Amino acid sequence: MTISHFSAVVLFSLFTSIVFGITQRSEPKKMAQFGALCFVLFVGGTIAASWLMWLIKH
Amino acid sequence: MTKAQGYAVAGGKAVEENTVGGVSPVLVLLAGWLVPGAGHLLLRKWWRAGLLALSIVGMFAIGIALKGKVYQMNFGEPLDMLGSAGDLGAGLLYGLARFLGWGQDPVLVAVADYGTKFIVVGGLLNIIAAVDAHSLAIGRKRS
Repeated sequence: MTISHFSAVVLFSLFTSIVFGITQRSEPKKMAQFGALCFVLFVGGTIAASWLMWLIKH
Repeated sequence: MTKAQGYAVAGGKAVEENTVGGVSPVLVLLAGWLVPGAGHLLLRKWWRAGLLALSIVGMFAIGIALKGKVYQMNFGEPLDMLGSAGDLGAGLLYGLARFLGWGQDPVLVAVADYGTKFIVVGGLLNIIAAVDAHSLAIGRKRS
């Protein structure tokens, strides 16, 4: 099996965010909110870090 | 849901300990570690158990499919020890991988290295999930 780097980021972020959301909050609504926040921060942070590395290189 | 209350001594201080649903917290912790989501399943948290199992087994399965490395106990290499500690968190999945010889090929490409990380993180997430189930079982976490 081969996946792109971006797909790996999305899958990693999705599964990790689900576990973080369920384990770090007590109410279902808060779980969903925290999970979504984690997902956005994971993916957004990776994209931001990627652009930063691109800028450093160029 | 029934609640039986007892008392435990921690650090010389008596603290209240709740046993939710009549299931032993130690059993919940062990089940949650051995089988992803089983701790929450014992506590009848169906949706949480299903999502946790899907996420953790998914991480582990993707890691194996990407030809990630499953660490072996190697006390001579600190990084291998840390990796195997993370992998061990997956409980029976780790035992199954070792038994079937999964993840023993050398890591040659970047995607396989991602797979190694998926496997380690899946194990670590499973430990978090098992501790969460234990916290629910003793009443430290309300719901």
